[in-house]
Amino acid sequence: MTIDVIKPGLATSIQDTGRQGNYHLGIPPSGGMDQRSLRAANLLLGNPEGAAVLECALMGPELQFTESRCVAACGAEMTPKVDGEPQPLNEVFRVPAGSTLSFDFVKAGARLYLAIEGGIDVPEKLGSRSTYSLGSLGGLEGRPLQAGDQLDLMPAATSTQEGRRLPELLVPNFSKHYMLRVMSGIYDHRLTDESRERFYEEDWTVASEADRIGYRMKGGSQLSFIDREPPFGAGDDPSNIVDACYPMGSIQVPSGSEPIILHRDAVTGGGYAMIGTVISADMNWVGQVQPHQKIRFVRVGLEEALAARAEYQQLMAALRQMP
Amino acid sequence: MTATKATTTSAQVRYCLAGDEFLFVELSEEMTLEAFFRSLSITQRLKTMSIPGIIEICPANASYQVRYDPDQLSAEVLQETLETLDREVSAQKVRTVDTRVIEVPVLYNDPWTHETLMRFRDRHQDPSGTDLDYAARINGFDSVDAFIEAHSASPWFVSMVGFVSGLPFMYQMVPRERQIQVPKYLRPRTDTPKQTVGYGGCFSCIYSVRGAGGYQMFGVTPMPNYDPTGQQPHIDDSMIFFRPGDIVKHRAIDRDEYDRLSADAEAGRFEPRVVPFTFDLDDFNRDPDGYSSRIEEVLYDH
Repeated sequence: MTIDVIKPGLATSIQDTGRQGNYHLGIPPSGGMDQRSLRAANLLLGNPEGAAVLECALMGPELQFTESRCVAACGAEMTPKVDGEPQPLNEVFRVPAGSTLSFDFVKAGARLYLAIEGGIDVPEKLGSRSTYSLGSLGGLEGRPLQAGDQLDLMPAATSTQEGRRLPELLVPNFSKHYMLRVMSGIYDHRLTDESRERFYEEDWTVASEADRIGYRMKGGSQLSFIDREPPFGAGDDPSNIVDACYPMGSIQVPSGSEPIILHRDAVTGGGYAMIGTVISADMNWVGQVQPHQKIRFVRVGLEEALAARAEYQQLMAALRQMP
Repeated sequence: MTATKATTTSAQVRYCLAGDEFLFVELSEEMTLEAFFRSLSITQRLKTMSIPGIIEICPANASYQVRYDPDQLSAEVLQETLETLDREVSAQKVRTVDTRVIEVPVLYNDPWTHETLMRFRDRHQDPSGTDLDYAARINGFDSVDAFIEAHSASPWFVSMVGFVSGLPFMYQMVPRERQIQVPKYLRPRTDTPKQTVGYGGCFSCIYSVRGAGGYQMFGVTPMPNYDPTGQQPHIDDSMIFFRPGDIVKHRAIDRDEYDRLSADAEAGRFEPRVVPFTFDLDDFNRDPDGYSSRIEEVLYDH
């Protein structure tokens, strides 16, 4: 049983829940940027929650199935089509043998997760099937899909129910203007008081450089750093620090001009000051922001971050118990 | 705001929450061997404690980071644990670390980084020369050869592994007045040859894969340090060769030797020279140059 990739889409890669424990060696977690939608698609199908799926960014692929399989598409709103016939999002449907699955243009969100009955079968690398392109690791030959690729599948699950649908309450509502919650810190004391406040008061526009590595933002005011004698080894730019680890979700500001939110394929360390970190509960949303959409950062403390985390866990529990 | 409450200072050390899953600890704002050694000692001890809820422990040059699961371990308890470890490490009478000395052969001034640096000349501080010319001049060396001699004569500590797949950051074991310092490119390149020996700030590095980069480029090594396909006998299942705390000695090689060693690596036959070693920080501080010679003796007499 294979799936033939006719057209790869804009940036389609095999992802699962990612790999842990290699960050200190420079290998980031990878995995679907929107874990909620990735897991929802697998749970709908009756797959293991962390089975490997296709993450399809902005423009979906065209896939031909050699054998009949059920699929579920969650996340960004791109209408799936089987041989040209529209199919529902957030609902299990069947792709017959010989049929072609394609996707309409994206109406909301940025990444669709296509789970296929059984899950995609590629070798696990360091405990995960996720693609990490910078390190040519995981997925299919460590890279996004290309035309002509063939995807192998794991044996089909026995519990799949055609027509099973995600309860309306569990379907994400995509926005065009996100409020991302951020815990300030690590190096924001290097900013002037005025810049530190203004960062949270302005809208930022997502630049076209927005991918699995990071989301670059434009449109806000230049951030100013407090004058200083550069610490030995840091470098001369005011935004430089002695190279350190970058937490996932941290926001760095090279030269104070265009903040970058680091995501699941990010470099694990470097020499730019980080001025805040997106809380874990909001990282899924980052992966659903389209280029040119707007973001406002909202400063929160640990208690609010933990409350948001608990709320997210309740949502995931509800997904696992859906009828 | 509770966020500001999360940053606390004890002596010079800064503990800072980064989101709800990371605790970042800055031991020193500037790079020092003392700070690196402390980061390494604390993180090594923390690892052996196998505390439930700790997901990843990442030592860096003068700082470290712990990823934890706040549902299993509170930030407060984690910080207290780290503060206790820091006190223990700081009170240690004997400051040693069991490590290894590794020889890295380098073809300086090679044709591949030269071709690349010429392509990105408009992003460099000094478009008229090469990265080596520039680094030699601003560090006060008479010639590129004298600069290469300084880069390869004294050993280096691997002070951090990261950025991309196993890239080692290295800090040279010489007194501060002899540390080489160079700025990064004005704008990062979109290309760097695989296994380029680079330099930025006070750190040398070896790029593990081809890709973007901002460090000055001095040469290439035939020695692979990242092995996603499992073909290199000197690299284990982690796919990564270097570890923080490794001691590296560069050896300048010529094109013939480079070609021979590259062919070996290609065929999965490359074996680096690696010797176990116990590093003693106080012995080193008493006589850095003498200690460097001893490391070289250990490497070549073994």
